Amino acid sequence: MERRVVITGIGLYSCIGIGKENVLESLRNGKSGIIYEKEREEFGYRSPLTGMVEGPDLKPYLSRRERIGMHQPAMFAYMATREALEQAKLDVDFLSENETGIIYGNDSTAGAVIETIDKVRARKDTTLIGSGDIFQNMNCTVNMNLSTIYKLKGINITLSAACASGSHSIGMGYLLIKQGLQERIVCGGAQEINKYSMASFDGLGAFSIRFDDPTKACRPFDANRDGLVPSGGAATIIIESLESALERGAPILGEIIGYGFSSNGEHISNPNFDGQYRSLKMALKQANISADEVDYVNAHATSTPVGDSMEAQAIHAVLGSDVPVSSTKSMTGHECWMAGASEVAYSLLMMENNFIAPNINFETPDEDSKKINVISEYTEKKIDCFLSNSFGFGGTNSSLIIKKFVK
Amino acid sequence: MNRVEIITTTKRFLSEEFEVEETEIEDANNLQKTLDLDSLDYVDLVVVIEENLGFKPTSDDFKGIKTFSDFFDLAEKKFAEKS
Repeated sequence: MERRVVITGIGLYSCIGIGKENVLESLRNGKSGIIYEKEREEFGYRSPLTGMVEGPDLKPYLSRRERIGMHQPAMFAYMATREALEQAKLDVDFLSENETGIIYGNDSTAGAVIETIDKVRARKDTTLIGSGDIFQNMNCTVNMNLSTIYKLKGINITLSAACASGSHSIGMGYLLIKQGLQERIVCGGAQEINKYSMASFDGLGAFSIRFDDPTKACRPFDANRDGLVPSGGAATIIIESLESALERGAPILGEIIGYGFSSNGEHISNPNFDGQYRSLKMALKQANISADEVDYVNAHATSTPVGDSMEAQAIHAVLGSDVPVSSTKSMTGHECWMAGASEVAYSLLMMENNFIAPNINFETPDEDSKKINVISEYTEKKIDCFLSNSFGFGGTNSSLIIKKFVK
Repeated sequence: MNRVEIITTTKRFLSEEFEVEETEIEDANNLQKTLDLDSLDYVDLVVVIEENLGFKPTSDDFKGIKTFSDFFDLAEKKFAEKS
C-alpha cells in the first residue's frame, strides 16, 4: 500500500537569512543576498558576484572530533539540519532508536580538496595532512558527518545531480517512504561558497557581469538578464510518513504529492524544452492533479538567457499563462546543489504565510516570459499547492509538487 | 629546547588542539586518556608535534609512551639527537 509523505521540519542557512524567521523576512521584502567579492576579482574571476553567508561557529554545539571532518558543505548542512530537526521535534535520542535515513544533495567539495592538496604541496608529506581532511574531501561529506552526529540508522546516501541535487534528494526520499521502505528521512542540499568552488563555472562566461549594483545582477526572466550569480549555504527538509508524523505529534508543513524527473539526453550544459516538459508532466501525473490546481510555481530560472526561456516555454506549455511564477534565485542567486531543497523551503514559508515572494529585478519581459505570469512584487495569495522546478547540468530535471496538508 | 620549554610548548599546543585544560597535561597523567585519543586522533597528534616541536614520532615511539612524562622524555631525546 502506498503511503502519504509529509514534511515536518525545515532548516535554512541561506544568504538571505540564517534560520527560517530571517529568511521569511527577506522573502517578504524581496531582499537580495548578493555581493561583489573583491577576493574573487583578485583570484581571476570574470564575475566576482556571489551570494554570501559566513561560516558558522560550531564549537558551542559539537566536539572537536565531530567538527574536524567538516568543511563548508557539512558545516552549513549541520546548521540547517539542527533547525529542521528541532521543528520536527526530533532529537538524537529518538533518532538513534528509530530508523531514520539521510539523502542529502551535494556535488562538490572543491574548497576542502584544494586546501588539503595545498598542505601536501607545501610539506610534501601526506602524513601531515591530519585526520579530518578525508571526511571533508569526499562528496558524501554531509552524509558522513550528519549520520554520525545524529546516529542515523536508515538509508544513508549522497545525491549528486548538479543543480537538481537538493530537489532529487527530496524526491527520492519521498519514493522510499511512499513505498514503505523508510519512516522518515533527512533530505536537503548543501552548496559550498568559496573562490575555488565556482572558478571553472565562472570560466564558462555564464555569470552576470552587471557589477554596478550586485542586488540587480540576478534577474530571472527579465529581457536584460546576462547570466546567473552563484551562491550557497544549505537547506534541510525532514520528510516522513503521515502515520509517523501523526503518532509523534510533529507539525505538518505540507504533503509531497508529485515527483517528476527526466534526463535531456542531449547537450552537457544547454537545457532543452523536451526534458523540462516531461519532468513537469510526470510530476502532475504522479500528483494526479490538473494544471489549474497549481497555485504557484517556484521556477528554477537562474537568470541565464537560454535556461529561463526554455523554462518559460515549458511552464507555459504544461501549466498555462495564469499560474503565478517567481524565481527566488533573483534574491538568493543560484544556490546550485542546495537550490532544489532551499526553494522547497522558501515555497513552504510562502504557503504557510499566504504570499508569493517577488521575482525581483523582473522589469522587462522577453518573448517567452511575457507568456507566463511572473510575479515581480510581494503578493498576498493563498497557496494550497505549489510546484518547484530544478534543472541541472547534464540535463537532469526534477519537479516536485507539494500541497497543504488536509487530513 | 630544554625540558621546561618542551613542557610549556607541549601544554599549549595539546590543549589547543585537543581542547583540554593545560592543567590536565601533567607528568603522571595518561596521555591517551587525558586527550581522549582514538586511532584517528593519533594522526593529528603527529601533525601538531611536527608543527610545534619539529619532529615526527613513529608508531614505535608511541608504544613506549603512557604518560606525558614519557612523551617529554621522548621529545628531550629527539632534541638531543638533533643537536
